[in-house]
Amino acid sequence: MALIDLSASELIARIRRKEIKATEVLDSALERIQAVDGRPGSLDGLPVTAEDEKKVHAFITLTDELARQQALEVDRKIAHGEDPGLLAGVPVTIKDIFCMDGVLSTAASRILSNFKAPYTATSVARLQDAGAVVLGKVNLDEFTYGSSSESSAFQPSPRNPWDTSRVPGGSSGGSTASVAAGEAPLSLGTDTAGSIRQPAAFCGVVGVKPTYGRVSRYGLIAFGSSLDSPGPISRTVKDAARMLQVIAGPDRHDSTALNQPVPDYLAELKKDIRGMRIGLSPDYFNLSFPDPVTGELQYAEIQEEIGAAVTDAAEVLADLGAIIVENVPMPNCRYAIPAYFAISRVEAASNLHRFDGVKYGYRTPEDVGDLIELYRRSRAEGFGLEPKLRILMGMYVSAAEHASAYYQKALKVRSMIRNDFDQVFDPHGEHQLDALLTPTTATTAFKRKAVYGNSVLMQYSDQMTVTSNHAGVPALTLPGGLDENGLPIGIQLIGNDFREDMILRIGNAYEQITADEAWRKVRPQVLQGEVIA
Amino acid sequence: MTEEKISPELFEHLVGLAAIALDPTQSEYLRSELNKQLNVIEELKAIPIDESVPLASHGVVINAQNMPALRLDEPRPSDHAKRIIAQSPESEDGYFVVPEIPHEDI
Repeated sequence: MALIDLSASELIARIRRKEIKATEVLDSALERIQAVDGRPGSLDGLPVTAEDEKKVHAFITLTDELARQQALEVDRKIAHGEDPGLLAGVPVTIKDIFCMDGVLSTAASRILSNFKAPYTATSVARLQDAGAVVLGKVNLDEFTYGSSSESSAFQPSPRNPWDTSRVPGGSSGGSTASVAAGEAPLSLGTDTAGSIRQPAAFCGVVGVKPTYGRVSRYGLIAFGSSLDSPGPISRTVKDAARMLQVIAGPDRHDSTALNQPVPDYLAELKKDIRGMRIGLSPDYFNLSFPDPVTGELQYAEIQEEIGAAVTDAAEVLADLGAIIVENVPMPNCRYAIPAYFAISRVEAASNLHRFDGVKYGYRTPEDVGDLIELYRRSRAEGFGLEPKLRILMGMYVSAAEHASAYYQKALKVRSMIRNDFDQVFDPHGEHQLDALLTPTTATTAFKRKAVYGNSVLMQYSDQMTVTSNHAGVPALTLPGGLDENGLPIGIQLIGNDFREDMILRIGNAYEQITADEAWRKVRPQVLQGEVIA
Repeated sequence: MTEEKISPELFEHLVGLAAIALDPTQSEYLRSELNKQLNVIEELKAIPIDESVPLASHGVVINAQNMPALRLDEPRPSDHAKRIIAQSPESEDGYFVVPEIPHEDI
């Protein structure tokens, strides 16, 4: 096992004990990237080769010099007996939707392909201050619009390390692929409708969407300002807890980063889960989607093995003393995708207005007569199809004559979805839950190009995750097994506002008790046959 | 099957509002995707919603107690201007340079 395959917690312990150096860990990470990642995503438009098809392609920009400086600084602090930080020497990848001072921050879009941010996002700065070693920026769907990472302007887009003919999920596909392929133990992603959790499930890693307002959004290139949250991606629950500890908390640069005390997540993990009430809702065990021909809402069962993994997990948790509460109604979750279409597109259109070729980013080289033509040409040439689609839908839905029918109605549906959670978490209510246990996705990772281009079907892969974005509540996914094709299955825990401690605790208990399961010993395709030093 | 809500004419109007430009193939594809998405959004109309249900701009409770306090209304010089201007495609003497701003006779 290479150094880079160790957990963040294990690496930090060994670094602090002076058994290994941060620079050695960095070397291990760079070696792994060299072995499995292939060429980074770029705008060069070169055809994808047979060799490319076998690689992960998580990266857009490798920041190896910066990483070297950071690793040396950690080693210097250790040598001088100074505190190197909670994440001392741990390599981390950053979804390229975060601004980093002096580093290309592209949002996987042509319109920002030359943009070097003049400041660093708060969540990234906190990781750096805690001693993390930033390996670089990883790939995503353009502006985070998508659930497969295929829409990136920077190709080749990331592949699933478990089967490179399949998608890693999205939009944080580069993040989850880099962690699953053992390029880094940690990654910083973002989640707006499931963009951390769905790819984490597809890639067999842990992903946390914190409560809205738990982590500052300053420096996060905005998609849906009422829905976005940065969050940790890791291979263990304990590592996710450690990373959340570092990034959580108020920030004077973000008025929605709330003044809520941050618990000691690592200490909370040590507590057992006896007596905790964990709910199962039938509303999360089937999926609804519009019939492609008639447009009528159809219902179907989720992939059988996924349902089975969740039910098995419930039994495991019951054996640990948790109380499983069945038949918990969450009746408004079937409206979550239609409401999400309306709300997210309005916010996306608004947030993309700023890209106009004037202040930063791409400006058309064409000779244009006036400023309006400059806007039009720069945006036409700079944006891919999915951003254009979202802007157009945002324009339509927010127009005066439609706003009450669609947008305002969607905001009411949002209240109703929130109310579903308020009801089940109410300490004096009928169910009094501490958490809900659900599947993370309806299917395991799909093949590349199988869904891309069908914007409705693509959005529906977020059905089980988007409800928590509407409601703002925290949710995490963790590996719960493999399907018959050897593809990872994710199980999801949803908690009450600012109760990440609760879902991390349950997730950790599950992970610990299933540590010796055979499926945990299987390695992703790109790591099989690797010479173990 | 609901009738097409977004006609080619309405689509062109939206393209103008969005300040983008599309070729005919892109237009047809995007117009078709918009109409398919609208079929989904249309479902909102059929949901029975009581008048009293409030609009929610976010899920989590945000109030005076948990919102960070506004900073004091004191001027604070910022030295970021140079770095911000350095980002622009074209600038001169600290100004962003743009082509002719269209005029309309009133």
